[in-house]
Amino acid sequence: MIEYLMSKYNYWIYVVLMMIGFYAMMGKRNLVKKLIGMNIFQTAIILYYISIGVKKGGTLPVVMEGATRAADYVNPLPHVLMLTAIVVSVSTTGVALAVLLMIYRRYKTLEEDEILKSMR
Amino acid sequence: MEMVCSYKPLLAILVSLAASALILLTGKRPNLRESWTILAAGAKFLIVLSMAPSVLNGQILEYTMVTLTPGISLQLRVDALGLYFGLLASGLWIATSIYSIGYMRGLQEHAQTRYFFCFAIALSATIGVAFSANLLTLFLFYEILTISTYPLVAHKETPEALAAGRKYLAYLLTSAVVILFSIAYTYHLAGSLDFVGGGFLDGRGTPAALSLLFVTFILGFGTKAAFMPIHEWLPTAMIAPTPVSALLHAVAVVKAGVFCCLRVIDFVFGPSLLSDLNLWLVLCYFVSFTIIGASLLALAQDNLKRRLAFSTISQLSYIVLGAALITPSALLGSILHIAFHGFMKITLFFCAGAIFVKTGKENISEMNGIGRQMPLTLGAFAVGAIGLAGIPPVCGYLSKWYLCLGSLEAGEMIFVLILLTSSLLNVAYFFPIVYRAFFKKAEGGDPARRAEASWWMLAPILACALMSIIFGLNPDAFIRFHQIASLAVANILGLF
Amino acid sequence: MNTPQVQATILIILVPLMFSYAIPLLGWRWRGSAFFVALAAIGASMVCSFILLYTVLTQGTIHYHLGGWLPPWGIEYVIDPLNGFVGVVVCVISFLVTLSSKESVQKELPDKKVRFYTIYLLLFTGLMGIVVTGDVFNLYVFLEIASLTAYALIAIGEDGAPLASFNYIIMGTIGACFYLLGVGYLYIVTGSLNMADLAKLLPPLYHSNVVLIALAFFLIGTAIKMGLFPLHVWLPDAYTYAPSAVSAFIAPVMAKVMAYILIRVMFTVFQPSYLIEMVPVASILSWVAAAAILVGSIMALAQKDLKRMLAYSSVSQIGYIVLGVGLGNKMGLLGAYLHILNHAFMKGCLFAVAMALMYRTGKRNIFQLGRIHRRMPFTMAALVIGALSMIGIPPTAGFFSKWYLILGSIDARNWVFVAVILISSLLNALYFFRVIENAYFEGVHGHSQKEAMDGIAKVREEVPLSMLIPIILLAAGILLLGLFNERIISGILVFALPPGF
Repeated sequence: MIEYLMSKYNYWIYVVLMMIGFYAMMGKRNLVKKLIGMNIFQTAIILYYISIGVKKGGTLPVVMEGATRAADYVNPLPHVLMLTAIVVSVSTTGVALAVLLMIYRRYKTLEEDEILKSMR
Repeated sequence: MEMVCSYKPLLAILVSLAASALILLTGKRPNLRESWTILAAGAKFLIVLSMAPSVLNGQILEYTMVTLTPGISLQLRVDALGLYFGLLASGLWIATSIYSIGYMRGLQEHAQTRYFFCFAIALSATIGVAFSANLLTLFLFYEILTISTYPLVAHKETPEALAAGRKYLAYLLTSAVVILFSIAYTYHLAGSLDFVGGGFLDGRGTPAALSLLFVTFILGFGTKAAFMPIHEWLPTAMIAPTPVSALLHAVAVVKAGVFCCLRVIDFVFGPSLLSDLNLWLVLCYFVSFTIIGASLLALAQDNLKRRLAFSTISQLSYIVLGAALITPSALLGSILHIAFHGFMKITLFFCAGAIFVKTGKENISEMNGIGRQMPLTLGAFAVGAIGLAGIPPVCGYLSKWYLCLGSLEAGEMIFVLILLTSSLLNVAYFFPIVYRAFFKKAEGGDPARRAEASWWMLAPILACALMSIIFGLNPDAFIRFHQIASLAVANILGLF
Repeated sequence: MNTPQVQATILIILVPLMFSYAIPLLGWRWRGSAFFVALAAIGASMVCSFILLYTVLTQGTIHYHLGGWLPPWGIEYVIDPLNGFVGVVVCVISFLVTLSSKESVQKELPDKKVRFYTIYLLLFTGLMGIVVTGDVFNLYVFLEIASLTAYALIAIGEDGAPLASFNYIIMGTIGACFYLLGVGYLYIVTGSLNMADLAKLLPPLYHSNVVLIALAFFLIGTAIKMGLFPLHVWLPDAYTYAPSAVSAFIAPVMAKVMAYILIRVMFTVFQPSYLIEMVPVASILSWVAAAAILVGSIMALAQKDLKRMLAYSSVSQIGYIVLGVGLGNKMGLLGAYLHILNHAFMKGCLFAVAMALMYRTGKRNIFQLGRIHRRMPFTMAALVIGALSMIGIPPTAGFFSKWYLILGSIDARNWVFVAVILISSLLNALYFFRVIENAYFEGVHGHSQKEAMDGIAKVREEVPLSMLIPIILLAAGILLLGLFNERIISGILVFALPPGF
C-alpha cells in the first residue's frame, strides 16, 4: 500500500492540489478566493504534465555540450506544452482580475452572496 | 393507369400563393385586394377542372418538386380522390370569397388584409393536401394549413378569440406530433411513404405494430376530423368570423382531416389489410359513438354556429364510417358525402353569418320570426337542413343511401340503425330552427319588413343551396362528382 | 497535394489573426474602420471555407503541415468533409451576424468599438482554429483563445454581465483544464498529439484505464464548454447579459464548435466501436441529452426575458445534437450534423431578431412587446419563421433534423427518445407562440400598455438595413435549407460520417 502511494507520489500530489483548487472554486464565496482556486487548479495540471516527462538521470531540456543522447535530457515536449498552458493561465487570470475590477466598481464588494442580494 | 408529368398541380397551388403575396402588397386598396382573391379562386378552380378530363380517362397527373430526404420527394399527384377534394375546395372558395367580401364589409371588420392573406395561403395548403403523393408531402401541407388558419381563428383578437386560438393550436399541434411519429414509424417499417391504392403496409410489420400504427394515425388525423373525444377545438373555434367557420371548418380544415383519414385507411393500410386485422369494425364503432354523441350535443346548443359545429362533427363521422365499412357502396357514399355535406353545410353557415350581419343575433332562441325578415336566407337554410336529414331531393339523401347500402353489404345492420337514428336527430335539431323562423311571431313585435343581407352574401347562399338540389337530382351535374368518386373507389379496390 | 487551394487552410486563420492586429492600429486614427476591417476578414475566411469544402469534396481530405514539419512531430491541419462543413457553417453565420452587428454595437458600446472588434475577430480566429486543426493540443490553444475572448466580450454587457462572465470564467476554465488533462493522459500512454496518429495508436490500448479516464475528461470538459445539462449553469446568464451583438455571435456558433470537438474526439480520436460497444458512453450521453432536451424546454417556458428564453432553448437544442451523436446510428448522426447547420441558422436568426428588438425598443420582456409587428413587420416575420423552424413545422429546416433524429431513435428502438423529441416540439410551440401572440396581437397582459403603444405602434420603423438584410437572409436560409436539405445530406454529410456507419 505504502509502496503504491510512494511510487506514484507525483500523481497524488497533483490530485491533492487539484482538489484544493477545485474546492476553493466551488466552495468559497469570495470571488478572489475562487480566482486563487482556479490558479491552483491550473498550476496542479502544469505540475502534473512536467512530472510525467521526468527521466531517471535526465537533466534540463536545454542543449548542453557533453550530453548528446536523448536519454540525458528530460522530455522537452511537456515543458513546451506547459509554457503555452502557463501563458493561458496568466491571461485567464488577467481577464478574470479585470472582470473582478468591474464587479467591484459596480457592487462595491467581492462577496458572491452580497452581490447576488444586491442584484435582486 | 398511366402517369403523366404535368405542372398543373403545382400551378393550382401556386396561384393562390401568388395571390396572397399580391394581397399583402395591395392591402391599402381594398377593391384591388379583393379582386386578387376572386381572380385566384376562379383561376384555381379552372386549373383543377382542366385536369378532370385526363383523370377521368385514367391518367394520373404527377409533378415532383424537390427531394426532401433520400427516398422521399415533395411530390404532387392528382388521382381521382385528390381531384375530387381539390374541386370541392377550390369551387367553394369562389363562393366563400364573394361571401367574405360582403361579410367583412358589412361588419367593417379590422385586419382584412391579414384575413384574405391567410385565407389564400390556407387554400394553397388545402389543395396541396389534396394533391399530395406521399405522407411527407401531406404532412407538410397539413402543417401549413394549421399554421395559416391560426390567425383566422384568432381574428377578433379579443381574449376569448386568443384563448380559442391557443386551444386550436394545442389540439392540432399535439395531433401533428402524433402524426409525425406515425409517419416516421411507417417509413421505418416500409421504407416508402407513397400512396398506393389498396395500401402498401401489408406484410410489413407484426399485427400488433400495425394496429398500434393505425390507432396513432387515426387519433392524429382524427383530431382534425373532430372525432369525439378530441373534438372540442371545433366548437370553440366558432368564435372566428363566419366565412372562416364556413369554409375552413365545414369544408377545408375538417375535410382535410377526413381526407387524410381516407388516405390512411385506403392508400396506406388498404381494405384487405384492415379486414385482416379486423380494425375496420373497431373504427366503425369508434366513429358511431361520434355520430350519435355529437347529434345529441347539438340538440343542447343555443348558439346557432355551435349547433352547426356539432352537426358537422357528426356528419364528418359519416364519411369515416363509410370508409371504415370498406365495401364499394360505403366507400362511394363516403366520398360523395364529402362534397355533398360541404355544399349543404356551407349554405347553413352562410345563412348563420347573414343573420348575424343583418340582425346581430347569434342564438336560436332569439331568432323567432326571422323568416319573415329574410325569407330567401331561411329558405336556403331549410334546403340545407332537409339535405342533411337525408330527405330527397336535396343531395344528402344520395350519400346516406349509399352508406346504408354499404353497411348492408358489410353485413352489419347496426350501422343502418345508427344512420337512421342520426337522421332523426338531425331533423330534431334543425327543424325547430326553421319552424321558429317561419311560424313564430318575432319578439318585440317588429314589423316583418323584408331585409335580406347584401347581394354579396345572398348570391353564394342561394347558389350553394341550388347546387345542393341539383346534385341531389343529378350527381354528375357540372363537375361530375359521382363519376370521379366512382373512379376513386375503383382505385382503392384495385378494380381498375 | 500542394495546390493553391490548400493554402486556404492556413489563410482561414491567418487572415482574421492579422486583421485583428490591424484593427487597433487603423482604429486609432479612423474609429469607423473597425467594423469594416472585421467584416472583411470574416468575409475572406468565408471565401476560404467555401474553397476548402469544395476541394475536400472533389479531391479528398486536405493535410496541411505547419512549417513543413511532418506529423506526428509537427502540427498538422486536416480538413475532411466534417471539418469543411462546420467551417462553412461557422463562417457564414459569423459573416451574417457580424454584418448585422454594426448598428447595435454603435448604439450599445459606442466608445468601445475598436477594442470590441479586435477581441471579436480574435474570437472568430479561435473558433476557426478549433475547426481546422488536426492536433489535440493545438485545439486546446485555440479553445482557450476563443474562451478568453468570449469571457471578455460577455463582461462588457449590462446588468449582471461581469458576474455572469466571472462564473463563465470559472466553469469554462474547469472545462478547458479537464480537456487538457485528457490530452495529458493520452500523451502519457501514446506519446503523440496528432489526432490521426492517436487513432492508430489507441486501439491496442482500449482495455487500459488511462484511456478510459482520458475519455471521461474529454467528455466532461467538452460538456462544460458546450453547455450540456447538467453542466449548463453558466449559459443562461452569459447569453442573456452579454451585449446583443455578442449573444447573436456566440449563441449560434460557439456551442456548435464545441459539439464539433465532441464529435471529433468521439469518432476520430476514439473509434466508434469503442464508444458504442466496449464502453457504453454513447448511450449514457444520449440519456443525458434527452434530459437536457426536456429541462431546457421546461426552463424556457418560465422565462419572461426573450434572450433568457432563447438561451434555455439553446440548452435544449444542444441536447438534440448530442442525442444524435449518442444514438450511434447513421440516421441519428446525420440528424446531429444537420441540426448543427439548422440550429446555427435558427438561433442566429432569433438572436438577431432579439438584437433588433433591443435596438429599436430597448426592451427584452416578452410581455411588453404588444403589437410590435406594426413597427417591425419584416423582423417579426423572420421571428415567426425562426419560431416555426424551432417547433419543427415543415418545410422549415428544423423539421428535417427532427425527422432524422426520430428515425434514428426508432432505428435504435428507443421509444423514450422519440417521445422526448416530440414532447419538446410541443413545449417549443408553447413558448414560441407566446412570443408570437404578444408580438402580433394585443398580448394577454398588454392592456395597460395599449394606450402607450398605440401612439408609437402606427409608425413603421424598421431596423436599419445593415441589420435587416442579414435577418431576412437568415430567415430565407431557414426555408431554403429545409427544402433543399436532401442535397446537403447526400452531397456533403454522408461523406462526413465516420467509417462503419
